[in-house]
Amino acid sequence: MSFDHILKAIFSALFLANILRISTPLILPALGGLVTDLAGATNIALEGIMLVAAFTGVVVSAYTKSVTAGILCGILSGVLISALLAYFYLYLKTDVFLAGIAINIMATGGTIFLLYILTGDKGNSSKLASGMAPIVHIPLIKDIPFLGTVLSGHNIFTYAAFLLTWLVAIFLYRTPLGTHLRAAGENPEAAATLGIDVKQTQLIAFLMSGFLASLGGLNLSMAYLTLFQREMTAGRGFIALAAVYLGGRKPWGTLIAAMIFGFADALSNQLASLEIPSQLVQSIPYVVTIIALVVYALQKRAQLIERTRRFQERELAKSGGGATGS
Amino acid sequence: MTALIEMRDIVKVYPNGVVANDRVNFSIERGEIHALVGENGAGKTTLMKILYGMEQPTSGQIFLDGKAQHFRSSHDAIAAGIGMVHQNFMLVPSFTVAENVVLGQEPTRRGFIEAKRATEITEQLAQQYGLRVEADAIVDSINVGMRQRVEILKTLYRGAQILILDEPTAVLTPQETQELFNAVHALVQQGKTVIFITHKLREVKEISDRVSVMRGGKMMGTLPTVEATREGLARMMVGRDVFLTVNKPPCKRGKRVMEVRDLSYITETGRTMLHKVSFNIYAGEILGIAGVEGNGQTELVEVLTGLRSAASGEARIGGKVVTNRTPREVRMASVAHIPEDRLTNGLALTASIDENLIVDRYFLPPYRKGLVIDYKQVESMGRELIKKFDIRTPTGKLPVNSLSGGNMQKVIVAREFSSSPELLIAAQPTRGIDVGATEFIRDQLVQKRTEGTAILLVSADLAEVMSLSDRIIVLYEGEITGVFPDASKVSEEEIGLYMLGLRRQTREEMEAYL
Repeated sequence: MSFDHILKAIFSALFLANILRISTPLILPALGGLVTDLAGATNIALEGIMLVAAFTGVVVSAYTKSVTAGILCGILSGVLISALLAYFYLYLKTDVFLAGIAINIMATGGTIFLLYILTGDKGNSSKLASGMAPIVHIPLIKDIPFLGTVLSGHNIFTYAAFLLTWLVAIFLYRTPLGTHLRAAGENPEAAATLGIDVKQTQLIAFLMSGFLASLGGLNLSMAYLTLFQREMTAGRGFIALAAVYLGGRKPWGTLIAAMIFGFADALSNQLASLEIPSQLVQSIPYVVTIIALVVYALQKRAQLIERTRRFQERELAKSGGGATGS
Repeated sequence: MTALIEMRDIVKVYPNGVVANDRVNFSIERGEIHALVGENGAGKTTLMKILYGMEQPTSGQIFLDGKAQHFRSSHDAIAAGIGMVHQNFMLVPSFTVAENVVLGQEPTRRGFIEAKRATEITEQLAQQYGLRVEADAIVDSINVGMRQRVEILKTLYRGAQILILDEPTAVLTPQETQELFNAVHALVQQGKTVIFITHKLREVKEISDRVSVMRGGKMMGTLPTVEATREGLARMMVGRDVFLTVNKPPCKRGKRVMEVRDLSYITETGRTMLHKVSFNIYAGEILGIAGVEGNGQTELVEVLTGLRSAASGEARIGGKVVTNRTPREVRMASVAHIPEDRLTNGLALTASIDENLIVDRYFLPPYRKGLVIDYKQVESMGRELIKKFDIRTPTGKLPVNSLSGGNMQKVIVAREFSSSPELLIAAQPTRGIDVGATEFIRDQLVQKRTEGTAILLVSADLAEVMSLSDRIIVLYEGEITGVFPDASKVSEEEIGLYMLGLRRQTREEMEAYL
């Protein structure tokens, strides 16, 4: 396959659809990471939450033959794991990183252990007949050429990711609870003096974060693939955290940042057919993550300089005006 | 007529046995400005926290308009119309002014916040009480004075009739202080009552109708401000005469200790904070730096002590360059430093008092024995310094954060003075500490200078600079705009003109005295 073909492939409708599909398991946990981050805590356990939810979804759907039951139990399991982290962090005062890392390790080992007990296989759940989340064909749009291919025919999680970005944005900036959550994250003492229960607010943030990350995990095992694989999250929980910062800690920014990572991922899939060592190609999403964080840091600095400059000008203008006035 | 607030026989004993308030009686009339003064640890903040519901009294009663009250939390106090502006601002930096004002009680419609109404409410309150704020500005981008007005608006939005201001002027420039005083008068004219906690007796005279003095957890008395003198109040606070004018022997200027040449400093964001500053410091003199805060004093001190790098120019001690060296190299060149922020730069808060006392010399004998620290030496040094500098603690093994502000500062002073420096750089040495400790530290500074140490004094308290210094330099926007070779021959008003940039000396005029 020549480079020319690659370029053509990148600008195809299928490739754009691929970006949406691949970005979904990044957008959802990133939103979760955003909510906890704004509440003043880093949910380092996104990875583990995703993994547990992915596993639970597959197992429950296989045994109950119900996709809905699988998804609901998957969400419940992820929220519980997140609640566990919140309990360690908020009520037992452990270090959130240590507790989070412990949960991640436990999730990796625990899912493999249970997988082996249930199926006798340590690699994946192909012996279980698990369910698949429904795919949505949007009426009218699906018949439009190009646009139909890009926008229609995705699984419910992809649509949920965009809908939830919008809902999270409204929650954070338009509702009292969301505002209190941000205040609690930025200046907990100030929030407390105004009668906001900081701990309770942060607990809510962890539960929401668990919910959002669970959807990301379920997307992996019940839509992206239809089986559970050991360590199938492959660092997405951490890339999601990077997306939060790259997105400027804003909902739509986070979504766009997650999609940039999704693009890199999709690109590496596409390039796999080229005669480039596969290790290099597979490293693209991670290299992009690092570059993106550097760009973010530089941009942040530029913003700071710009803000200082404007502040200075304003102050100078003010003091100048004051002098002529007096 | 019954008093608006009546606190009767308030006793507060903390679980560790400290008696913070001992049968305190305190009453506030409607519509007055009531100053509450006292040393650090005198119990004023505890008394106010009890009034604000943040602390529960061990015994005693609070009456509001003659009715007994039980405040279980600040909520109850807020609901009863009491608001408190804390010393540390309680604002959310990334929120707008309006968002901060309504935070916790946002105007909503169908569960969503009405941002527009929040702005309107803020502007209307600001208008009504003459508290100038920009409702839509991000708090992070506004200055300290406006932040304080936002804090006051927050309490007013919650319906406060009685405002407690805890040392509100500590962080303000003289102009901002004036603006605050105007606002306080406006509040009182509209029927509010203000309790004003302060250390500064000058402010008591300027703003209050009545003044109450606390000492050692007891209420020493309340009197109309017109009947109070500064000396009399100081006596009530500490129980003896405090010298407000410093007695010092005449200055015997010795050799040149430090030479600063064309020193400039530019922040990493490109702002010039020091521009070609040149001066000398001599043995046996106190060189005071006067200036409104934020005109380069902090940067000057931090460049000279190795905490920041100079952009250009240099400072030398005995011919040896000390700029752009590490703080330890600077200290080894016989420079001591009392940093302006004792909590972040001056002390390791959770380390012991003893450890803090030797943190600049633990690597030298006799404190070092081979690869380890000789704690016997450390302890005996600690005992000696604790005694000599009157640090109030049962033992040097306690963490330094168990001390009050004044005693913490004494730990720093003890460390810096005992290193027998040639040059002592003292930044805000008495900020936020009680009268007793302030007097002690000023006394020590004068004594050191008389013994022949060169001292560079930076202080936001102009009276302190004027009374302690032998020679004064004024910094305005990072430049030296005036030098006064004899500090006793210049008035506060004249220095003020230079500090505000309304007047400046020419390079030629200054040359001979720098």
